[in-house]
Amino acid sequence: MSNALAAIPRVRLTGVIGVSSAVLLAIAIIAIIGPLASPHGYETTDFDNGLLPPSAADRHFFGTDDLGRDQFVRTMMGARITLTVAIIASLVSLIIGVAWGAIAGYAGGRVDAVMMRIVDALYALPFIFFVILLMVTFERNFMLMFIAIGAINWLDMARIVRGQTLALKEREFVEAARLIGVPAWRIVFRHITPNLLGVIVVYVTLTVPQAILIESFLSFLGLGVQEPRTSLGALVSGGTGYMEQAPWVLLLPSTLLAIILLAFNFLGDGLRDALDPRGIRQ
Amino acid sequence: MRRTFVLRVLALSIAGLLLAGCVGAEDTGNTLHRAIGPEPESLDPHHSRTAQAQSVQRDLFEGLVAFSPSGDLVPGVAERWQLSDDGRRYTFELRRDARWSNGDAVTASDFVSSFRRLVDPATASFYAESLIDITNAKAIVNGTMPPDTLTVSAPGPHRLEIELERPVPYFLSLLAKPSAFPVHPPSVALHGDSFARAGRLVSNGAYKLDDWQLGAVIDISRNEHYWNNAETAIDHVRHHVTVEPAAELFRYRAGELHITSTVPVEAYEQVARERPDELRVAPQLGTYFYGLNLSREPFRDNPALRRALTMAIDRDVLAEKVIGRGELPAYSWVPPGTLNYEPPRMAFADLPADERIEEARRHYREAGYSDDNPVSVELRYNTSDTHQRIALAVQSMWRDALGFEATLINEEFQVLVANMRAMEITEAFRLSWLGDYNDAYSFLSIFESDNPSNMYGYSSDRYDALLAEAATQLDPDRRRAYLQQAEQLLLDEHPVIPLYFHVSKHLVSPRVAGWRDNVLDFHYSQHLSLR
Amino acid sequence: MLQAGAIRFAFFRLLGAIPTLLLVIVIAFLMVHAAPGGPFDDERALPAEIEANIRQSYHLDEPMPQQFLRYLSGVVRGDLGPSYRYRDYTVSELIGAAAPLSLWLGTLAMLLALVIGIFAGTFAALHAARPADRWISGVAMTGISIPVFVIAPLFVLLFAVQLNWLPASWSGGSGIGRYLLPVIALALPQIAYITRLVRASMIDVLGSDFVRTAKAQGLATRAIVRYHAAKPAMLPLLSYMGPAIAGILTGSVVVEAIFGIPGLGQLFVRGALNRDYTLVLGVVIFYATLVIVLNAVVDMLYGFLDPRIRQQ
Repeated sequence: MSNALAAIPRVRLTGVIGVSSAVLLAIAIIAIIGPLASPHGYETTDFDNGLLPPSAADRHFFGTDDLGRDQFVRTMMGARITLTVAIIASLVSLIIGVAWGAIAGYAGGRVDAVMMRIVDALYALPFIFFVILLMVTFERNFMLMFIAIGAINWLDMARIVRGQTLALKEREFVEAARLIGVPAWRIVFRHITPNLLGVIVVYVTLTVPQAILIESFLSFLGLGVQEPRTSLGALVSGGTGYMEQAPWVLLLPSTLLAIILLAFNFLGDGLRDALDPRGIRQ
Repeated sequence: MRRTFVLRVLALSIAGLLLAGCVGAEDTGNTLHRAIGPEPESLDPHHSRTAQAQSVQRDLFEGLVAFSPSGDLVPGVAERWQLSDDGRRYTFELRRDARWSNGDAVTASDFVSSFRRLVDPATASFYAESLIDITNAKAIVNGTMPPDTLTVSAPGPHRLEIELERPVPYFLSLLAKPSAFPVHPPSVALHGDSFARAGRLVSNGAYKLDDWQLGAVIDISRNEHYWNNAETAIDHVRHHVTVEPAAELFRYRAGELHITSTVPVEAYEQVARERPDELRVAPQLGTYFYGLNLSREPFRDNPALRRALTMAIDRDVLAEKVIGRGELPAYSWVPPGTLNYEPPRMAFADLPADERIEEARRHYREAGYSDDNPVSVELRYNTSDTHQRIALAVQSMWRDALGFEATLINEEFQVLVANMRAMEITEAFRLSWLGDYNDAYSFLSIFESDNPSNMYGYSSDRYDALLAEAATQLDPDRRRAYLQQAEQLLLDEHPVIPLYFHVSKHLVSPRVAGWRDNVLDFHYSQHLSLR
Repeated sequence: MLQAGAIRFAFFRLLGAIPTLLLVIVIAFLMVHAAPGGPFDDERALPAEIEANIRQSYHLDEPMPQQFLRYLSGVVRGDLGPSYRYRDYTVSELIGAAAPLSLWLGTLAMLLALVIGIFAGTFAALHAARPADRWISGVAMTGISIPVFVIAPLFVLLFAVQLNWLPASWSGGSGIGRYLLPVIALALPQIAYITRLVRASMIDVLGSDFVRTAKAQGLATRAIVRYHAAKPAMLPLLSYMGPAIAGILTGSVVVEAIFGIPGLGQLFVRGALNRDYTLVLGVVIFYATLVIVLNAVVDMLYGFLDPRIRQQ
């Protein structure tokens, strides 16, 4: 065990990694606390005060949307939902992908062949096909739908983990565990997966921005989260109609969305550079 | 040396191509560019379903009767007609100079075979229903009688007789619909179901089909053989497929379109401010409403709750502030402007807001609800910014006036429709009803107990009797009285909550002349010209 | 010898893809039919007998297994069936009309992305951890951080509506002008991905032993990159290309909607939303076949380029 855990790489929180984690943390905190500090509710409509520009006087820091709802509170709510949704989707894809890949890789032979054939088939299905049909079916529950999205997004993870597992299972400590009679499932989940942690962490950081983009794409198609709830993607997509009359309705949520995406991408890249880069791509 | 030459030629040709790319719609001379919205599903008059397909078909084909620029019925292929005293037999005299786009004469037997094709179960037409009142049509659609038993006959090449099962006062409007357009029998015989394509389609309207680039444009040009060709001003018309209203507006502003299919909600104010002369907003025969499922709780046997919800909505605020694109608040079910009809008004229409809300609360309490004993329903609408906006507004009006809570659920359109039809989980849901033809019956018939579009579970013997009575009336005044009584019943029992009446919205370039607003929102290209 | 081997490899590879394709069809068929709502549901409900006629004419009244077999036997014969929505056309005709344009636009976008991405990625790798690298990486990341449905309308507003340089839509112009904005909009995220990919793998290769040896022998950086590092560094790019080309085809829905391009993405999304079962399945099969073929091509190219794999 200790042998296996020692393989987990240590990453110092400096440079790119430090800055991007700090930014993400700050956004998360503001998104949670911000709405509490505002006198406005996120679903309170005010038809006489639609599309107000940002102003500190009436505490509409980000202005109002077409229905007179406070954009600041909505943007913060949107950020919360966007982050939650993306992280959940990534975790789901992580769990399925790691389990699938590790089992296929460790079992090998026919089990491996069948499992990877299924991955191939799912790969060959257009992604938006799944997404649209899942949205249509699960429209009423956005958590469920992102679990579903995560359930599709695991294919890359499965392939990478399988490849790594194939390499790892020839290593001495796995041999040793096998010789002393440790059961297969225990070897897979106690000895092999911890060694994949570096790869997995990097991969998840790169999956989160993908999930965020998928969410915003769905919002563009009108298949996103249910009103009056909102997400950054929904706000940005709704804001494009006002890019001339009320640019702040588009600009502020898009900026936040871009910052979150940038931070996750930089974090992912930073982690990849910090950890063994070869391990990821082979 | 040689190399620089080649590079120079390359650069020049790229520049040339770029320049060619810049020239848009402006300089193509006598071509009208109009946007139709999403791709038409078919140009076969017997296979189409949507307004965008039909707007192209109206340019390509001509029925026995047609519409004038202001939306009145005028002779089309038929020059004149007679109706028998019992209101069941029409005799049409066709124009002798009516021609197909290949020069063939348009004859009465073309209509006979077209009408047969429409009701033939093998054609599987969505609109077979529109001629269902012709004797035997129902049996033919059901497959129990052959199509040639349809009582439409051609006693002469230019005389057409149609016998109806019952008098249908709006029958001429039905004949003006694309489903009653003639299709060229030899082409149908030759190409079967795919005759309505570019290179194959022979049509009898002012224009003929030149090209159909799927998903992009439909090009049509003047039909030289059309009997009224001399009056057609525009040689070429390009119907553009437009998916995104916002993108459509960009295209209009960039000079690529002369006529848009709509105006996006978000841009409406800006457009109204910047281009007031180009914006054409006109009342349309359509009602936007919330349907209620009367077969389930809490609306079953609960007219007081339905009335409370109907009354709690401030329709004026809704029309002016929430939608604000010229829509009219709906205080009746049938829209104003419907031919030979004057809709009754909801009893509370003229009450001041506070009295109206007081009354609504009274009904809410009467239904047994209060702050301590609240009720909530699910309000479904299909995904769209406008529907969402309205739902949010109505939700807050209900909350403020009654303390009534509506849970908003947006569903993708096909899902909403499936749920509405199943009537198993729906409570309240948004819909629009656009008149099929300009007659109150088109709006009122959907509440008959056995109507397939009755997704409200409304069933009233009295209502059915009133409509049945109206159907047999030849006298327009008595017919109108029955229909009005039926609508009054509807307004008293609230199977639906009408919110507003639709308007058509277009941007029309100053270059386009001859545009007339009309309740049908039909604008034949043959009536337009370019300055 | 090598060529015969490659052909055999390709043949077996594609033969092995048949069960995958079959699996794809089964999954897609089940999912499409499981979605609520049907192709003929509308606000205006059809009278029962008319709906029955329509369902019958499309064999929708048959039991599901029979429908599946009917469909499958059509597919085997190369017949993707009639579209449920666009009744004048068959699915093959609809795909045939949309696919060439999508492929063409996708190829152009991918070429643009490759040229810029490889150049920028290599440049960044050579200046790793210096300001040039930071800037390139930053710009590349920004490219994937703004959704295309924001960038594309901005392009149109600026270049078509305000400046009037380029057409606002596909059918609003002709020649190369109408390609420019959509191709750039499609290429932007790809440029970003490719830049990052090339940068990472180039850094990797530049740090490897054989490059160090070459450096020690005194070769110029330019020569090292061109003759030694380029080939191995492009390998990860190769495996990215297969799915990316296929993805750009169906993933271009947004760009197609905004520029009014009659491509595959629009066809597919409209098909799915209208429950045009045959159309959706047809596009799925087309796409799956493309992915499988592209992946096989990538594997073969890999075999040629990577000596390690060839030896196996």
